[in-house]
Amino acid sequence: METSIRTTTKNTPLAAGFQDPVHNAQTCFRAIMDVMARPGSRKVIDTHDLSPPAPLTPVAAAIALTLFDYDTPVWLDRSLNSSEAVKAFLRFHTGAPIVGEAVDASFALVSDPEHLIPLASFNQGSAEYPDQSTTVILTGQEFGTAPSVTLTGPGIKDTTVFATGPVPPVFWDQVASNNNQFPRGIDLIFAGETEIAALPRSTRISPTEV
Amino acid sequence: MNDTAEIYDQGEYNFAYLDEQTKRMIRRAILKGIAIPGYQVPFASREMPMPYGWGTGGVQVTASILGKDDCLKMIDQGSDDTTNAVSLRGFFEKTAGIRTTYETSEATVIQTRHRIPEKNLTENQVLVFQVPIPEPLRFLEPRETETRKMHALEDYGLMHVKLYEDIAKNGHIATTYAYPVKVNDRYVMDPSPTPKFDNPKIDQMEALQLYGAGREKRIYAIPPYTKVKSLDFEDYPFEVQKFDKPCGLCGAENVYLDEVILDDKGGRMFVCSDSDYCEERRAEGHAGPMAADPAAIQIGGATVEETI
Amino acid sequence: MYVAVKGGEKAIRNAHKLLAKRRRGDTSVPSLTLEQIAQQLSHSVARVMGEGSLYDETLAALAIKQSRGDLIEAAFLMRAYRTTLPRFGYSQPVDTAKMLVERRVSATYKDLPGGQVLGPTFDYSHRLLDFTLAAEEDNTGQSVETVQADDDAMPRVTDLLGDEGLMEPDPVTGEDTPVGDLTREPLSFPADRDLRLQNLARGDEGFLLALAYSTQRGYGRTHPFAGEIRYGEVEIEFFAEELGFAVTLGSIKVTECQMVNQFQGSAKAAPTFTRGYGLVFGQVERKAMSMAMVDRSMRWQELGEEQVAPAQDIEFVLSHSDNIQATGFVEHLKLPHYVDFQAELDLVRRMRDEWFEKRRQEENGDAAQEAAE
Repeated sequence: METSIRTTTKNTPLAAGFQDPVHNAQTCFRAIMDVMARPGSRKVIDTHDLSPPAPLTPVAAAIALTLFDYDTPVWLDRSLNSSEAVKAFLRFHTGAPIVGEAVDASFALVSDPEHLIPLASFNQGSAEYPDQSTTVILTGQEFGTAPSVTLTGPGIKDTTVFATGPVPPVFWDQVASNNNQFPRGIDLIFAGETEIAALPRSTRISPTEV
Repeated sequence: MNDTAEIYDQGEYNFAYLDEQTKRMIRRAILKGIAIPGYQVPFASREMPMPYGWGTGGVQVTASILGKDDCLKMIDQGSDDTTNAVSLRGFFEKTAGIRTTYETSEATVIQTRHRIPEKNLTENQVLVFQVPIPEPLRFLEPRETETRKMHALEDYGLMHVKLYEDIAKNGHIATTYAYPVKVNDRYVMDPSPTPKFDNPKIDQMEALQLYGAGREKRIYAIPPYTKVKSLDFEDYPFEVQKFDKPCGLCGAENVYLDEVILDDKGGRMFVCSDSDYCEERRAEGHAGPMAADPAAIQIGGATVEETI
Repeated sequence: MYVAVKGGEKAIRNAHKLLAKRRRGDTSVPSLTLEQIAQQLSHSVARVMGEGSLYDETLAALAIKQSRGDLIEAAFLMRAYRTTLPRFGYSQPVDTAKMLVERRVSATYKDLPGGQVLGPTFDYSHRLLDFTLAAEEDNTGQSVETVQADDDAMPRVTDLLGDEGLMEPDPVTGEDTPVGDLTREPLSFPADRDLRLQNLARGDEGFLLALAYSTQRGYGRTHPFAGEIRYGEVEIEFFAEELGFAVTLGSIKVTECQMVNQFQGSAKAAPTFTRGYGLVFGQVERKAMSMAMVDRSMRWQELGEEQVAPAQDIEFVLSHSDNIQATGFVEHLKLPHYVDFQAELDLVRRMRDEWFEKRRQEENGDAAQEAAE
């Protein structure tokens, strides 16, 4: 593995990971935990020390450095997968194996969310072990501009309105049916330029009344 | 054989003791737990420097979420000063160097065994429970292979039969602590051995609840504002214990009380189990019927001692 | 006396001080050195390394000293230390056929290639207290006549049986087949044999002994013969990715036991002998044998046998074999539980009141009826 990194990064030096791996990972995790516990809410992630190779964004890199390791097979969408620098960065800093089949992945990183493959392609977990499903991370998100959906369920006091994009046109239908199969199903993390949000499978999705 | 001296040359432990790989593994389990409220996520629990059964699950969860700006409150039986609470608090003071407190409202992370503070918790707090047996069906069906199927099929008939048999035999549901709940209308969950008095607090709680069972290697969670219903029957609705006296020290009513034996002639008093709550009330000038009793001075603890 | 409610901090501090003092005992008696423990209490050291799941004689000696000779406590200290160590990877499988053998006995053959090597054993000692050991200097100087074991290979008995087709073949696993590790992944059921063996190797000697014994007394009889027990040194190799080949890290002492069990055969398989396998750190034959017997018992399903006894119950055995877990949970009952007890007190008082009330009513009813008659 070491040798492959050396060869792939012969020309471009490998971008650095967290400056303070212990505390940076902790603050990033707490932000992820908070947004997962409060679907639709947003938290800022401090990424000033990260400049990962494009199209991996600093916020997505922070999430990867926080959650990925040898035990988590990772699936990359086409645009990330075609970047050797991204793969070298992830392999070196996290050790996560990069897998070709979405269904084998613990995490999926998507940098071109408009062309996201159907959510049903990812691991949905089983009835006995629903925790073994994939967590899908969409990067490059802009919050609050796209058409919104209304969320209810655990973590949400009454209801909340959530909007993010870009996402494929069928996306919210897919999320709704994903969440209808609770406790099976994938969980979503949305990575914006500085903020993150999340939608666990426990959230019920409905179109926002206009 | 190694040089004996070598072993004394111990390196420093990582922040909050656990190595980063372990924390990541636990953090992932926590996220799954939050996403599937009430479902027990298996995790590769580590051997901790305190025995299994003494809070290793709670300690691993706390260690994985704790940051240097957090303020930790550690309670056991409702009190900050019980021996194991003291021991676990000392562990985090030593390994994480974080701020600790006795005050419920000041804490950002509260680790507890057997109680939930009387004061309402807020959105900015996380409550971590130590759990001995995470499986609510375990005493009805000892096999993990079977109980896992029951959860998968949402087949909780066995639990209802047990509760119903209690009623038929005793006229009551004879479960007073670790009283089973249904989370978000899906998973039956063990709220850890808190008295059922505390069950209403975990329904729609504003704080995130994380449950850690180290020996049994399970983590589960209840997000804020989640429906948590104590199991019951229409004609036998769930009800909590009621104490017919207020706290002897601070006069609080509708709180959970500890019974303290004063002598061998039947003398006893009832005092708040939540010691911080009681002290705060007494500082505010509230006094219970036995506040002036000589026996209360010993039991009353720190604030009383200071005045001596 | 400590007040459970208040003053815990001071009580704990003082308890630790007192414990340290008691551990040391009378200071006019010299303190034990770790070398003394490692050299002279080698069976304790081996047990602590095995159940502590960490091979280091010095650390095990330290743990024994610190725990005042409480071997489960010592194994716990080893485990807690072990989890803090960085993990570089997994070693290559050890080859026990290449063991530098110090002891090797087979109960199934009178003689066999490589011979029977009795080695250091209590087996034929008369259990009489040796009062010469009580003397200041024990008779260590005695020269021991040993016959150098032949340089010839010492094939494993199971391999000899295998050559004749009488022994079930070892399961063939690919080079890349991952081996489970229950310290990294939580145990789930059904558990495969790799995980079962790992669990047993870390398990409590007494628990395995009792289970193995139960199989001999009819609770899941497996007809075991001690095919072979061998004890000695094996090399540990580690495949270094950057070098592209395996390097030797050192050697460890292990006991291996292969139990040979009868198997009737089934529609699919011809009658043959089957294996039960035990491998433990150090010279801990009792545990290696028990492990092999319990391992064989738990293979009932793959061999088409019936499950009738506790030793065959995989979930039961694996869930209760770990003495660090067991002792923690049993001993945690020492922690304060008064909040829950208060809830129970309240319920029992209420139920008693109701019980007496009911009886009083019944008696009144009876009395009224008698009066009416």
